[in-house]
Amino acid sequence: MLNKQILNLVIESLKEIGEEDKKPELLKVDKTTRLYGQNGCLDSLGLVRVISNVEEKISEILKKDIVIASEKAMSQRSSPFLTIESLTNFIVELLNSEENA
Amino acid sequence: MPEVIIITGSRKGLGKELCVYYLEKKNIVIGCSRGPSAIDDPNYTHYELDVADERQVVKMVKEVSRKFSRIDILINNAGIASMNHMLLTPLETVQNIFNTNYFGTFLFCREVAKVMVRKKYGRIVNFTTVATPLRLEGEIAYANSKAAIENFTEIAARELAEFNITVNAVGPTPIPTDLIKNVSREKMDALINRQAIRRFGTFEDLVNVINFFIDKKSDFITGQILYLGGVNK
Ligand SMILES: NC(=O)c1ccc[n+]([C@@H]2O[C@H](COP(=O)([O-])OP(=O)(O)OC[C@H]3O[C@@H](n4cnc5c(N)ncnc54)[C@H](OP(=O)(O)O)[C@@H]3O)[C@@H](O)[C@H]2O)c1
Repeated sequence: MLNKQILNLVIESLKEIGEEDKKPELLKVDKTTRLYGQNGCLDSLGLVRVISNVEEKISEILKKDIVIASEKAMSQRSSPFLTIESLTNFIVELLNSEENA
Repeated sequence: MPEVIIITGSRKGLGKELCVYYLEKKNIVIGCSRGPSAIDDPNYTHYELDVADERQVVKMVKEVSRKFSRIDILINNAGIASMNHMLLTPLETVQNIFNTNYFGTFLFCREVAKVMVRKKYGRIVNFTTVATPLRLEGEIAYANSKAAIENFTEIAARELAEFNITVNAVGPTPIPTDLIKNVSREKMDALINRQAIRRFGTFEDLVNVINFFIDKKSDFITGQILYLGGVNK
């Protein structure tokens, strides 16, 4: 449930940026789309925008104030910014751990 | 249109005066400090927090962003000083100073810039001091923390330029506030004698620089450190 919701927020954020920057490849993304790094659809500035966009949506919709680029994100063996799915999973984990904190 | 302005360290001193000044100009001002605020104005909101507390800062900025959908200007004024010889400075003092001055500035810049990036507009003003370029003896931890802020300002300016966000810093000379009330007259005179223009700074001197940095027309001014009183790096 939460997973699907976050997935949609991430995809929505990418689409918004795709529309703004007229980048059609960002309009037809799915779970498996590579985000950042080799063959990724975002450069570092693009990633910065997606992250701030997603954080805002989470704050607005779920009323949760999280920082995605946390120590935890940066120290993971495989980067959470690799694909849409890995980012989604990472955010869900972050939200769940906030819940339990 | 009124601008949405965050001013840190707004309980007293220059931060408080800045809040009052921008409120009088009909802006929306959001301030913060560890203690409660004495400003009573419908366009002012106060957060009681420590600028080095990541959770609290994130919460505040996200709340402000939800409420106003934008943050036009960030003034990172909160700061503490300690006047001590290096050999008489406890590590904890250095940590406290870096927590408030550098980490606080870093956190507010990071969180507010996320909001500004989405609007592709923003003005950030950080605070340094003439003690840094003058390599002032007796203020090692304070001057070091401001040196970090200066370098941060220069790099952040580059990282945020793409989004039409400017990041600059103002470096005041001594301005009579609580911050410098314990410095001896002798030390103060010696410091002021090293300025090109030898007098105390005033709030008006400071606000003049800030107004220049935050002006919409100053979109080609970024990564600059501007000292008052004719002090150079
Ligand atoms: N006055 C000068 O001569 C001079 C010269 C050069 C540079 N500056 C710079 O100008 C800025 C303002 O200085 P000032 O003279 O106005 O100092 P001040 O009178 O001592 O006021 C400092 C303000 O910052 C707040 N503050 C301190 N630590 C904080 C923290 N951890 N979290 C949140 N708020 C905090 C204080 O409120 P709480 O105690 O309630 O937290 C207070 O409102 C500083 O950055 C300073 O370095 C001043």
